[in-house]
Amino acid sequence: MRQTILRTTALAAGLGMTAGAAMAQDIRFQCYSDGNECEVYDDLLSRFEAENQGVNITVDVVPYQAILENLPVQLAAGNGPDMAKVTDLGGLNQYYLDLAPYIDTAAWDEAFGNTLDWYRAGDRQGYYGLHTQLTITGGFVNATLFEQAGVEMPGEGATWDDWATATKAVAEATDADFPMAVDRSGHRVAGPAISYGAKFLDAEGKGTFDGFKPFAEQFVAWNEDGTMARDVWASQGGATYADAAQEFINGEVVLYYSGSWQVARLDEQVGDFFDWKVIGSPCGPTGECTGMPGGAGIVGFEQTEHPELVAKIIDFLAQKDIYAEAAARTRNLPAHQGVAAEGVTFEDVTPAAQEALSAFAADLKNVSPTAFAYQGYAGNRAMFGITVERLSQAIVGELTVDDAMTRMEDDLKAAAEGSQ
Amino acid sequence: MLAVITPLMRIIEIPMLALQRLLGINRLAWAFLLPNLILFGLFAFLPVILNVFYATSGSDNVLLQNRPFVGGQNFGQLLDCGNYIDANSCREDKFWRAVWNTVTFVTLQAGFMVGFALLTAVILNGRIRARGFFRSVFFFPVLLSPVVVALIWKWILQREGVLNAFLDWTGLGGINWLVDAQWAFGWSVFISVWAHMGFYTLILLAGLQAIPRDVYEAATMDGASGWRTFRRITLPLLAPTMLVVLVLALIRGVQTFDEIYAFTGGGPGTATTFIIQYIYERGFAGAPRLFGLAAAASLLVAGVLVVLTLAQLWANRRNVDG
Repeated sequence: MRQTILRTTALAAGLGMTAGAAMAQDIRFQCYSDGNECEVYDDLLSRFEAENQGVNITVDVVPYQAILENLPVQLAAGNGPDMAKVTDLGGLNQYYLDLAPYIDTAAWDEAFGNTLDWYRAGDRQGYYGLHTQLTITGGFVNATLFEQAGVEMPGEGATWDDWATATKAVAEATDADFPMAVDRSGHRVAGPAISYGAKFLDAEGKGTFDGFKPFAEQFVAWNEDGTMARDVWASQGGATYADAAQEFINGEVVLYYSGSWQVARLDEQVGDFFDWKVIGSPCGPTGECTGMPGGAGIVGFEQTEHPELVAKIIDFLAQKDIYAEAAARTRNLPAHQGVAAEGVTFEDVTPAAQEALSAFAADLKNVSPTAFAYQGYAGNRAMFGITVERLSQAIVGELTVDDAMTRMEDDLKAAAEGSQ
Repeated sequence: MLAVITPLMRIIEIPMLALQRLLGINRLAWAFLLPNLILFGLFAFLPVILNVFYATSGSDNVLLQNRPFVGGQNFGQLLDCGNYIDANSCREDKFWRAVWNTVTFVTLQAGFMVGFALLTAVILNGRIRARGFFRSVFFFPVLLSPVVVALIWKWILQREGVLNAFLDWTGLGGINWLVDAQWAFGWSVFISVWAHMGFYTLILLAGLQAIPRDVYEAATMDGASGWRTFRRITLPLLAPTMLVVLVLALIRGVQTFDEIYAFTGGGPGTATTFIIQYIYERGFAGAPRLFGLAAAASLLVAGVLVVLTLAQLWANRRNVDG
């Protein structure tokens, strides 16, 4: 009798486990963090799991490099995750799951109308990405150095030239190493380049470097005469990313042009060392004073075995209350227009950081339509890389600016042919 | 023990005898080699064949079935040059910059490597104090990971690094080593020699110790000077080993990537971009991923490496044959 009971119990447990396994839906979410994003999503998604029995979401935290280099190869080979946090928004479009059949598209249009296009490419015009992390490029200045130098800080509407003159005077007076520094990134120089007349997209919506030359000439000249920190662009090769945040934190740079994602780092590491503030993007000769929008978003992939569930998870994160909580906890600017309109009180930040983030949010109105369109262009990553490589060669004297411009156009043509 | 092995051998003997009857005794050797050949084919030949497929196909698709055949187009793009000496006249200028950087790097690095390794080996072969300790010291960098080597030297040479701090302290003033193309290249050669010299020193030390003592004793009795002994006895008898070291250093030089990539990223500009970095960036780091172009470049490099490997085999054989 006892044996019969044991056998029956074991059989029931076995059947139960088998049934459980059959019902369980495992989702893998490949995530990278600029700060604490993956940790926050993991926490938010555990609420989704609690509301949806049998769903198991594994957040695989990977380095950013893996998202850039490994994920595309995984997807091409059909071995990708179910969903991921990506930055090559339009570039991976061919693999995206169209969420349209599973979500309230009207609500998404209302909330994310500004960023939905960034995930679209060619004739694939569905609903693909939840933009979780809106960023905008802009300048940070060391206000203490200005104060010490007794130089008046240029005001709203000041041009890049005005800032170059002012920061040079400050650097001279205070012995700071560099008047200005810009991250070594094609995305970072795109805003200033548009302010100098770069088009980036032609009438047919294809990539071009038309109008980029005036900025290239000025940028190379600034690197040659020491206005710009030459180390940042010249000490690396290829399209490798390099930032100048550490130099700014060390008080060596008067004006550092980077973006809103640096706020948390500066807030934490500068501390009371000096006062800093966000100045948005200086103006160029065209009268534009634009930065580049950007950021990261969560997408699902067509190769998932659970398309409906993946869409449901992404839609869960897109809900206003959840989205607002994620923005506040991750200290990222919201792309959700409803959340942005109501404003976000960011968690665990100092008043200086709150002010900086608010300044970046306010600067969004100055972003040129060209910058929005370029951010949404599927081939922008190739163009960013070409910009960095050729501009660096001009800075170190391997190419003249004219030769660099010719090479940029040739590279762009080759990239278009190569990706066909 | 024998009681266990003998029945086991008998069990194995049955299929082996059947196989021998089937294949004949001469062809049985292939059956023994087959497992190794399968593994070798899987991990060596298959990638080469795949590489040929990628080199002769286009697009940024990774799956072979989605890649259109383009014949020699990728090779044509790499070799399309007005003047091979002037990279700016080439369609794929970055490839030719990488090629010439590699040629210069390999020449300097292999030359210095053999020279310094020989000098070190001769010193370490002599009667010096703490010989064992110094042998370990020179070999130690070989044990370090290339990335660690790169990070250590970057820390020393960056604008606010240890070396500049020292130069500032002495009043000489620092130099921005990694922003100047010639300094960055020079330091790349130095670091590569520093990191790998221990290995070659070890080979040369073994070569030196293989030279019979009595030859030196005879030279001493004849009153030959130290320099004359080195020039007329050590160098000729060590020449075959030095040839092996030279060829190995050349092969290693062509393959240079990790430590220099971590050290300079290939910059400033393209000053320290070598051929393997070009292949990596074309195939994996850039956008779009031009696998075809990367595969074509890697086949060209493979050709160079095959020539160098044949040279090494020839040098080895010469060494063995005396």
